[in-house]
Amino acid sequence: MKVLMKGNEALGEAAIRAGCRHFFGYPITPQTELAAYMSKRMPKIGGTYLQAESEIAAVNMVLGASAAGVRAMTSSSSPGISLKSEGISYMAGSDLPALIINVQRGGPGLGGIQPSQADYWQATKATGHGDFQILVFAPSTVQEMVDLVSEAFDAADRWRMPAMILADGMLGQMMEPVELPEEGERAQVEKPWAACGHGDKREHNIINSLYLTPDKLEDLVVERYKRYEQVKAREQRAEEYLCDDADVIIVAYGASSRVARSAVNKAREKGEKVGLLRPITLWPFPVDALRKAAGRAKAFLTVEMSMGQMVDDVRLAIDCRVPVEFFGRTGGMIPTPGEVLERVEGLL
Amino acid sequence: MPITVICGHYGCGKTNLALNLALEAAESGPVTLVDLDIVNPYFRSSDYGDILRGSGVGLIAPVFAGTTLDTPTLPPEIHSIFAPGAGKVFIDAGGDDAGATALGGLSPRLKEAGYELIYVINRYRALSGTPEECAALLHEIESAARLKATGIVNNSHLGTQTKMEHVLDALAFARETAEMTGLPLLYSTVPDFALRGEAPPEGFRAVGRLVRFAWE
Repeated sequence: MKVLMKGNEALGEAAIRAGCRHFFGYPITPQTELAAYMSKRMPKIGGTYLQAESEIAAVNMVLGASAAGVRAMTSSSSPGISLKSEGISYMAGSDLPALIINVQRGGPGLGGIQPSQADYWQATKATGHGDFQILVFAPSTVQEMVDLVSEAFDAADRWRMPAMILADGMLGQMMEPVELPEEGERAQVEKPWAACGHGDKREHNIINSLYLTPDKLEDLVVERYKRYEQVKAREQRAEEYLCDDADVIIVAYGASSRVARSAVNKAREKGEKVGLLRPITLWPFPVDALRKAAGRAKAFLTVEMSMGQMVDDVRLAIDCRVPVEFFGRTGGMIPTPGEVLERVEGLL
Repeated sequence: MPITVICGHYGCGKTNLALNLALEAAESGPVTLVDLDIVNPYFRSSDYGDILRGSGVGLIAPVFAGTTLDTPTLPPEIHSIFAPGAGKVFIDAGGDDAGATALGGLSPRLKEAGYELIYVINRYRALSGTPEECAALLHEIESAARLKATGIVNNSHLGTQTKMEHVLDALAFARETAEMTGLPLLYSTVPDFALRGEAPPEGFRAVGRLVRFAWE
C-alpha cells in the first residue's frame, strides 16, 4: 500500500530498508525530520541513532562504522555539509562507501532555510580537499528519493566510494505518496576489506588515508581515477521527457525539474516543441544522454535554483555545439513554470 | 462554537483543512485564522496569506514569519481572539505534540472561552496510519496542549493521487479510531478533484487542494 511521507522521512525509511542500521547526525533545517525519524525508528530495530556533538564528529562516526563494514549514513543541509567535507575527503581517501544526504538550503554562509540548489559545485566538484569524486544522485520526487537511497548505497559499496543524495528543502519537506521496498530485496556485496576483526584467520585490514610516500599516494589516486572512468561508463543516468522532436531542451534536476516539466507541458499545449532532460546522476554527469540530445535540439536552457552552476557541465557535455542558456532563482526562491516558459519561448 | 482548534500528526493535512474551513466560514461572517505552527517553516498557513486576505479572512501569524527573525514566538495579537466580536476563529496548530505545545499556554483561556478541538487523522500518513498509532499520538498531543480533543476529522488522502476508493477504504480506519479514542467522528473529507463532479457521499465534506507545490 502507498503511504504519504515527507521527503525527509522517506529518505530515512528507505535507508533502513536498504539495510542501514547506523545513522549519525546533527540537526539543521530543512533536514531535521530525517534525523528525528531515525531517532524514533533505529532503537526499535536494534540500530544506532546518534546525535553527535557536531557535524564533523558525525561524519567521522560514519567513517568508523563504514570501516567496520556496515552501511552507515549521515544527513545535513548545506552549511552542515561544508563541515562534513573533511570527513568525506577522508572517506574518499580511504576508499570507504557511505551515504551522505544534503537537503540543500540557500547560501552562502548560513544563508537561509528555504530550498536551493547552490551546492551543485560542492557536490560534484569539491566535496572536500584532494583528487576525488563522489557519486551524486538527484531525486525529483519523494518516490525517487526512496528508490535512489537503495541505488546510492549499492553503488557506493560497488565502487567503494561515498555517495550523496543531493536533495533540497522543497523535496525534503513536501509530502507525496510512496511505495516502500521490503528490506532485503537487494543483495549486498561482501566487504573483505572491512576492519571488523580478523580472528587470527587472515592478515589485518587497515583503513587509512595517510600516505607519506608520494609515489605510493600517486599510485592510489591513479587507481581511483581508473575506477572513476568505469563509474562514468556505467552509472550515468538521466530521464528524457518529450525530447525526441524538441527544438529546445530544458536541462533541470531535482525540484527545478518539476517546475521545468510543468513549463514543458504548458509549451506543448501551445504546440511548441520543448522537452526536458533531467539528470538523475550529477556525478557521473549524464554526458551520453546530453550528446545524443544535442544532435537534434537547436538550444538548451538549464533551469536551476542557483546562479547557474550546472550550465558549464552541459556546455562541456555537448562540446558547445548549440547554445546553452540559463535561467534560475537563488537564495531560497523557486522559479515558476510561467517564468521558465517565458525564457524557453525566447529561444524557440 | 466560536473557536476551533485543529491538531494532528504533521503532514496529515491540517493546514489544508484549516484553510478550507476558514474560507467556507468567511462566506457567512468574520473569520480569523491563527497559524500557531512555530515548529516548521514550510507549508504552514502563513504561506497562504494571499488566499486568506483575498477572501477577507484575518491571519494571525508567528512574529516575523518567513523572515530572518522567524523565531518560535507567538504573536501578541493572538489574545484578540478572545475579545468579544472576534468572530469565528480557527487555530491551525503545529504538528504532533511538539506543535501542540504552543496551545498549552493558551489552554486556560481556551477552556474559559469554550473551544472545539478537532483531531485530524489520515489513514495513508506514515507513522499515524493505524488506530493504535493515532490514539497514542492523540494522547501526546492532548498532554502537550493541555486540552482535550472533542472530535475526529478523517482527512485520509494520498495527495494528488487520491481517488474515491482511497477515501472510502479509509472509513473503517476512521470509525475504529473514533471507537478507540471515544471521540465522535465528525466527518470525513474528500478532495474535490477526486469527486469528478459527483456530490460527496453521506458523512463527507469536499475540500479544495489549497496547499500546493510550487509547480502545480
